[in-house]
Amino acid sequence: MTNEKGRFGVHGGQYIPETLMNAVIELEKAYDHYRSDPQFGSELTSLLNDYAGRPSRLYYAEKMTKDLGGAKIYLKREDLNHTGAHKINNVLGQALLAKKMGKTRLIAETGAGQHGVATATAAALMGMECVVYMGREDTERQALNVYKMRLLGAEVVPVDSGTGTLKDAVSAAFREWTNRIADTHYCLGSVMGPHPFPTIVRDFQSVISKETREQILKKEGRLPDAVLACVGGGSNAIGSFYHFINDPSVRLIGCEAAGRGVDTLETAATIATGRLGIFHGMKSYFCQDQYGQIAPVYSISAGLDYPGIGPEHAHLHDTGRAEYVPVTDEEAVNAFEYLSRTEGIIPAIESAHAVAHAMKLAPKMGRNQIMVITISGRGDKDCVSIARYRGEDLHE
Amino acid sequence: MSNIAKAFEKGKAFVPFLTCGDPDLETTEKLVKAMADSGADLIELGIPFSDPTAEGPVIQEANVRALAGGVTTDKIFDMVRRLRVTVTVPMVFMTYANVVFSYGPEKFISICADLGIDGLILPDVPYEEKDEFAPICRQYGLDLISMIAPTSESRIAMIAKEADGFIYMVSSLGVTGVRSEIKTDIGAMAALVRANSRRPCAVGFGISTPEQAKKMAALSDGAIVGSAIVKLVARYGREAVPFVADYVKSMADATHSA
Repeated sequence: MTNEKGRFGVHGGQYIPETLMNAVIELEKAYDHYRSDPQFGSELTSLLNDYAGRPSRLYYAEKMTKDLGGAKIYLKREDLNHTGAHKINNVLGQALLAKKMGKTRLIAETGAGQHGVATATAAALMGMECVVYMGREDTERQALNVYKMRLLGAEVVPVDSGTGTLKDAVSAAFREWTNRIADTHYCLGSVMGPHPFPTIVRDFQSVISKETREQILKKEGRLPDAVLACVGGGSNAIGSFYHFINDPSVRLIGCEAAGRGVDTLETAATIATGRLGIFHGMKSYFCQDQYGQIAPVYSISAGLDYPGIGPEHAHLHDTGRAEYVPVTDEEAVNAFEYLSRTEGIIPAIESAHAVAHAMKLAPKMGRNQIMVITISGRGDKDCVSIARYRGEDLHE
Repeated sequence: MSNIAKAFEKGKAFVPFLTCGDPDLETTEKLVKAMADSGADLIELGIPFSDPTAEGPVIQEANVRALAGGVTTDKIFDMVRRLRVTVTVPMVFMTYANVVFSYGPEKFISICADLGIDGLILPDVPYEEKDEFAPICRQYGLDLISMIAPTSESRIAMIAKEADGFIYMVSSLGVTGVRSEIKTDIGAMAALVRANSRRPCAVGFGISTPEQAKKMAALSDGAIVGSAIVKLVARYGREAVPFVADYVKSMADATHSA
């Protein structure tokens, strides 16, 4: 899917300062070497299985299926991974790669805090230093994850520039990487940024669809009709889609955060409201004004509160291979509560965006059809803010 | 010969930077005239961007102030049109890829040519991506400026060979901003540039004192100063003109004496 310089159609590329060019070239060379190294592969597999708890379960959501009265619904349980989200898949891969490259320090951006917690975890495990950049607003709405990162030995740097959210955390991490390259690997958390990050992160996350494919074939003897996942930068979505891209019968549906609605300015739905641009090292779709100034986006979900989307998703949108749909805060909160009550599974508010769309789509599908929803993370971290959204003030 | 090459013809060049629209475009216009009168050889005009990832806090904050004041690419074009009536010093725009891309690269660059803008600096467009902008710049007679960093090493020859206008040597790792000391071996970088290009090279990032400017210009063909000037604008606002004029004069004199 990638061609020269990491392009996905017109998207991707390496739009970064010259200071970082040799760092990404070094990373690309190391990755090209280790991706086909059996020793690296077996070390990563044992980390994923023995440490992170893979393979994650593919669970038949029988009550939800009966309640919605349409497609047979399976949940891909990335929420059951160690650290509570899919983020660990990518982080273990990158941390191992960084270690092989002789790096002793990991830096990362985080939105909801899940990628920051995963990076801090891997750093603790592998004896590396760790600094996580997090928007000031996000440190406040995800205080528990800030505590966890510090508990794990990481330094958390609140970012005040811009809107104090995920995009500003990414900018701060890039600035820090420019400042200190020799011993530092930037452990990017999504399928975004300059080449080779979108490819590396996608490959490490593609374990999700590799397993889903095997599991559904074993359980149902056939491929699913639809795969749904939430999309911010798009790492759990690309991981969920990847091994189905060449199966045209499988609908691939990315669920974007519409915030208060795509007809308002308080949205983070990039495919619905953005246009082609160049930012954070890549060409892709971005929410921006007529002069190319990046828009201050909004979503209840800190993990989807990002004004862009990964370049491979932009390309899958262009070619029509994947569909991208907006889901509002209200719909996501309803789905958060629905899945908790119906299946006893509290999803991350990010993942609840995918559940919300599934609730609309499943009844329109036949009972002989199969849908897989990736539950990218668990919702413990969101309980305080969802309670607040419903007018209830929790004190722990 | 391009106007940028001419800026380096008389000797070492002093290149000051300003963020357009900080605190407003009327002040920027006065500042540019004052810098031209105070010995600037080439002026770098920053078009603000919402998320300037190569900038330190000083220029980041200037971008925020300028955008909050309502400055746009079109308003900056209008200001340059007014300035060009009297100011003949070569001028380049410094901005981020998305500002040019979203305007339409050909439309943006053709307007620059009409306005008498001599070149373009895009810090998030490295050698690998320059073909998206460089051919259009050449077509309209603008120089797309290439940057070289302390980490460039074996890339220097490749970059220098294809460079237009002048070569921007980034003095240090990290983002823009004042530094007490520049540790990179600038002389060695400049030697590699000269072995591969006939274009002049100037050093930027971290320079704030006349002593630093003189030292850097002695090792290269000029000194570029941004954050130190933007700091004066942040401090004095609309009253900044005489302070910036005095500062630019002291820095230009030091550079020219190198």
